[in-house]
Amino acid sequence: MMISGAEIVVRCLQEEKVDCVFGYPGGSVLHIYDALFKQDQVKHILVRHEQAAVHAADAFSRSSQRVGVALVTSGPGVTNTVTGIATAYMDSIPMVVLTGQVPSFYIGQDAFQECDTVGITRPCVKHNFLVKDVKDLAVTIKKAFHIAATGRPGPVVVDIPKDITAQMCEFEYPNSIQMRSYNPVAKGHLGQIKKAVQILQEAKRPIIYTGGGVILSDAAQKLTELARKLNFPVTNTLMGLGGYPATDKQFVGMLGMHGTFEANNAMQYSDVILAIGARFDDRVIGNPEHFEQEKRRVIHIDIDPSSISKRVKVDVPIVGNVNDVLEEILKLMDSGFKTDPEVANWWKQIEEWRSRESLRYKQAEHIMPQYVIEKLFEVTGGDAYITSDVGQHQMFAAQYYKFDKPRRWINSGGLGTMGVGLPYGMGVLMANPEAQVACVTGEGSIQMCIQELSTCKQYGFPIKIINLNNGMLGMVRQWQEMFYSKRYSQSYVTSLPDFVKLAEAYGHVGMKIERIEDVEPALRKAFTEHKNDLVFMDFIIDPVANVFPMVSAGKGLTEMILAEDL
Amino acid sequence: MSDGKNIMRHIISILIENESGALSRVAGLFSARGYNIETLTVAPTEDPSLSRMTILTWGSDEVLEQITKQLNKLIDVVKVVDLSEAAHVERELMLIKVRATGKDREEMKRMADIFRGRIIDVTESTYVIELTGAGSKLDSFISGIDAGLILETVRTGVCGIGRGDRILKV
Repeated sequence: MMISGAEIVVRCLQEEKVDCVFGYPGGSVLHIYDALFKQDQVKHILVRHEQAAVHAADAFSRSSQRVGVALVTSGPGVTNTVTGIATAYMDSIPMVVLTGQVPSFYIGQDAFQECDTVGITRPCVKHNFLVKDVKDLAVTIKKAFHIAATGRPGPVVVDIPKDITAQMCEFEYPNSIQMRSYNPVAKGHLGQIKKAVQILQEAKRPIIYTGGGVILSDAAQKLTELARKLNFPVTNTLMGLGGYPATDKQFVGMLGMHGTFEANNAMQYSDVILAIGARFDDRVIGNPEHFEQEKRRVIHIDIDPSSISKRVKVDVPIVGNVNDVLEEILKLMDSGFKTDPEVANWWKQIEEWRSRESLRYKQAEHIMPQYVIEKLFEVTGGDAYITSDVGQHQMFAAQYYKFDKPRRWINSGGLGTMGVGLPYGMGVLMANPEAQVACVTGEGSIQMCIQELSTCKQYGFPIKIINLNNGMLGMVRQWQEMFYSKRYSQSYVTSLPDFVKLAEAYGHVGMKIERIEDVEPALRKAFTEHKNDLVFMDFIIDPVANVFPMVSAGKGLTEMILAEDL
Repeated sequence: MSDGKNIMRHIISILIENESGALSRVAGLFSARGYNIETLTVAPTEDPSLSRMTILTWGSDEVLEQITKQLNKLIDVVKVVDLSEAAHVERELMLIKVRATGKDREEMKRMADIFRGRIIDVTESTYVIELTGAGSKLDSFISGIDAGLILETVRTGVCGIGRGDRILKV
């Protein structure tokens, strides 16, 4: 039977078991929206800005093991998605973005709402396609899902001209796809894995350093099993939080620019690093020359060969899916595997570093942001999905909310995109409808996608917005205080809206919390009495609170500024 | 892993799906990551669904390792090889238009012969000379003639192929 290109798009989504799409209609996707109207298998979430559609689809993927989908129109619809696509790309998040394009016979003529979608998105996608023939449509969408979700995942854009969606064609969805140019590896090289196992036995000062790859390959369980067997310290990157239970004693905290004293020292002074799905980026190891001053051996497991030996020389590279490789390592460890007894001394050293309590903070006259996060952790039983925006509040959430499970910490690590928090909450709730979701944000970030309060009302997303309001672009202010002699250029936010009234105007519940003793009761109320409501919680916090420890840009990993130094 | 050490010349050969935009993916990768392209040639192979691209670049071993890995990551790229890692031959074609009047006319003919070039267009006052060889040979030709006589040059950039059993094929 012949069906239209638009119907083919919808049928493909059904075949891929996509049950929701985040989008915004417009001229060149009208046929597709008409096809969506005629069915009820694929639900459509109407956002208020295309950027939010992509962020929501991204969080749908992050918080589940499925691929999020966004649908937007041509021209400005597409350009509005670029930030969201780049955000997903930097964090290797699988996602499919379907974009309308002007009719193929208009392409190149500067038609109304035309832009070079493939050209504009090319540097920030894993791959993109322009569909030129309706006969290629189904197979292209199949390829898009395949590419997005396999290997090192990433966003894929499929640009579909309007005339293609009107043309009629037989529909046949391929079961599988073979591409001679794309064959990602899964299994690691056994010889390399054996070498790694040998080195793990020789390690005297080992550390397991893990990143987003553990989350993406759903390897948290295997990692925990391995770490427990080895009894080695574990540190996570910002993207890796939840890959290993943060409340476990082997966990030494997040490392990097705002990592703990013990994590950064253990990383620097280790003699063996087992790096898993992490990429030694600038926010993690600080100055690479300083980092390489210490002699150590590095084992690096990553699905992407280009992440290996990119910034730090690796002794044992293992290219493969993290989960599969960890399984192989565990298998090899069964027969006569023994770690070095000197590791006990290493633990003593780590405990000494840990006793510095680098995350300690002083209560002040105002509410401290750290305190809010600690209470949030308590009230939610550590079991919430925490989305965050970007800035100080993001670091506080990462440091003080102890993530015990993977896919619970949803933030923009690589690109550092302000404004993601609220749409991320929407995506999480579509993938996990029963979840408790808190969006930790600041009065700067939240205003970057605040229009989504309207979407949240329409679909009843009961997100708890934890607005850590210091009236400042806090992270900018912190750098200006520390490195620009307190010249607070444009970091003070004036004319803030009354967030309580604003929330109410959108039909939500608003709360303003100004006293320390009100923090916990307000949170409890929000998560019980207002369980099913979106609650905008405006916490008026200490305006000068800073994030510590801190490794200044260009400094070595152990050259930390601690709160106690000030 | 700092750069700036043992910068070497490399010839990268790429087999890539002959799709529209394939060239821009490769060129975009080089510019986005700050690698340099000295020359780039591309044309379909005997299998019209595949294009063969040759890129002449400079970089340290670390940079070259990254270039190869990043190229392999491109979805359309089928195979990548660094030709300069082993025995290979390389050629470049140049068409050069020169002023050829008076005594220069004879001199130009002689130079073309010495370099085994061919004169493929002749007017009263100009020649177009076709010259093939390694890039350095073309450079020598240019520096061997009076710069004032050169009207126009066009070069294809390097293309290369492995010697003997070194074969780049799907």
